[in-house]
Amino acid sequence: MSTAAAYAVPDLAAHVVQAASSSPGAFFSYFLDNRARTLDWLWAHTWLSVVPVLVGLLLALPLGWLARRYSFVYPPMMSITGVLYTVPSIALFVLIPPLVGLDPLSPLQVPIALSLYSTALLVRVVADGLAAVPQDTIAAATAIGFRPVNRFFKVELPIAVPVITAGLRVAIVANVSIVAVAGTIGMTNLGLLFDEGFKLSTDTPYYPPIVLGIVLCVLLALVLDALVVALDRSLTPWRRAVRR
Amino acid sequence: MIRFDRATKKYPDGTVAVDELELEAPTGQITVLVGPSGCGKTTSLRMVNRMIEPTSGTIWLDDTDTASMPAHELRRKIGYVIQHAGLFPHRTIVDNVATVPYLLGTGKREARSRAMELLERVGLDPAFAKRYPAQLSGGQQQRVGVARALAADPPVMLMDEPFSAVDPVVRDQLQDEFLRLQGELGKTIVFVTHDIDEAIKLGDRVAVLRVGGTLAQVAPPAELLSRPVDSFVAGFVGRDRGYRALGFTESGALPTHDEPTARLGEAVPQGHDLVLVVDGEQRPQGWLDPASARGTVEESDLLRGGTLATQGGTLRAALDACLSSPSRRGVVVDEQGRLLGSLTAREVLDLIERDEEPA
Ligand SMILES: Nc1ncnc2c1ncn2[C@@H]1O[C@H](COP(=O)(O)OP(=O)(O)O)[C@@H](O)[C@H]1O
Ligand SMILES: [Mg+2]
Repeated sequence: MSTAAAYAVPDLAAHVVQAASSSPGAFFSYFLDNRARTLDWLWAHTWLSVVPVLVGLLLALPLGWLARRYSFVYPPMMSITGVLYTVPSIALFVLIPPLVGLDPLSPLQVPIALSLYSTALLVRVVADGLAAVPQDTIAAATAIGFRPVNRFFKVELPIAVPVITAGLRVAIVANVSIVAVAGTIGMTNLGLLFDEGFKLSTDTPYYPPIVLGIVLCVLLALVLDALVVALDRSLTPWRRAVRR
Repeated sequence: MIRFDRATKKYPDGTVAVDELELEAPTGQITVLVGPSGCGKTTSLRMVNRMIEPTSGTIWLDDTDTASMPAHELRRKIGYVIQHAGLFPHRTIVDNVATVPYLLGTGKREARSRAMELLERVGLDPAFAKRYPAQLSGGQQQRVGVARALAADPPVMLMDEPFSAVDPVVRDQLQDEFLRLQGELGKTIVFVTHDIDEAIKLGDRVAVLRVGGTLAQVAPPAELLSRPVDSFVAGFVGRDRGYRALGFTESGALPTHDEPTARLGEAVPQGHDLVLVVDGEQRPQGWLDPASARGTVEESDLLRGGTLATQGGTLRAALDACLSSPSRRGVVVDEQGRLLGSLTAREVLDLIERDEEPA
């Protein structure tokens, strides 16, 4: 909890004495009083949600290609990534430092764990997206004289974009919620708001930090999701043309 | 010229798809590979551009062993058209067509203007250029597939059942346009189909394969129909091959009789015999049954069942004109479609029997 402690809560007492902690007024004054700190957490939360998905995508592209290219790779790879995804996030956070030789409270453990999750999710997405590229199209590309690498980037990957972006949407939204869990082990992000909410609710429930945490997490998820949708649309003008 | 020199393909599972194939596809001609499903047509075709490597044997492109150059370079010299066109769904029509020029490093502007020409050449409205493949019908997509294969002006074209997936009317149209295009371009083409009618219509030479990937017979279409080498080929080319073979025999000058005629708008003639009705320029319009018409000859009185034989056409057209005619007298016209006279099926049969080599 060292990171959380670093943010000394100056007006804690003032909040505790407020009676109707569930009123909108209490919520807004809590936000305004803690604006700078909350925005810092939101910013950290954003990075922690986005960067691991990008890392995951970079890893998933070659792995998904392998699973697609060599059919004997597909089943074991799907089993491994599936199992990985079922490991509870909190356990993964705790397991990673000893596994990769990091300090138990290293700030890297959370991004590493999230990158693993994202990779696990996206390997299947990439493999299935590539599998959905019509065989005729691939055969035509080969016959025309595309070499394999060029064909992957110019034909197969662009056609797989809709499936991959659908996976990215799931991965990024899932990350927003998993990152919050990391707040409870002291990583700087919106999860700290829940931590604080629990701490301040020892005698009577104190809602403002919890509500604020939920609202900001949901807003963040919606914005990131919308960004992925926008990316998808800019990469696939051909799909919209057809729907007309 | 493409030459299969004892080309063999054995798949890892033991299937021998093509067995010691010896075949030559002459320069500037259409060589059709035809045979039942699974006889190794696609495998043979794909060995030419090395999408499938032969297990043994050699495939020559003129004097070059195809195995001696990098596969992607070989492929860029060979146009390839497949059944469902295999267009790139994420690229516009014009960019689909320009793909090979792009790969060869041609500038965007030049590649596109060439692509636009090609679209027109294959009979596609240039307005389609900016659309995506899914916005086109199957027949239109297939035209784009042909244009794409032609884009780098390759001397050789491989076509794998390119017209099989479109409806019969469109298929007929695509075939006719393909022949017209080939008349202009004179490519060396290997064309695969399972449809013997298509093979006979399109091929300068037709190679019949049997399951197991062996060559049963290779011959010009007329010879294939008139002299199949064995019962397999005979069975494959079909029941009415005798009749179809007449389509390759020129009739020469047809002996015609004068045919009495009537004109539209004139009074219906007397008698019981069917009368041929012509327009102001002696072009046959149909037959009239005087017994069932009154007053003047109207369009609605005409029986239009008969086909017309053109003087200098084929014996098949002449015989068909007789067989399809409501009066059983076949109508013969000149190149401009003007009436020359009529003849009977018996007279056509005499011509066929007199022909030294009935084809
Ligand atoms: N990749 C493959 N592995 C094993 N057998 C194959 C493969 N491709 C085709 N075959 C077999 O080879 C034979 C010829 O196939 P193909 O060339 O596709 O025939 P066609 O095009 O005449 O229908 C068939 O028996 C088919 O099942
Ligand atoms: Mg085939």
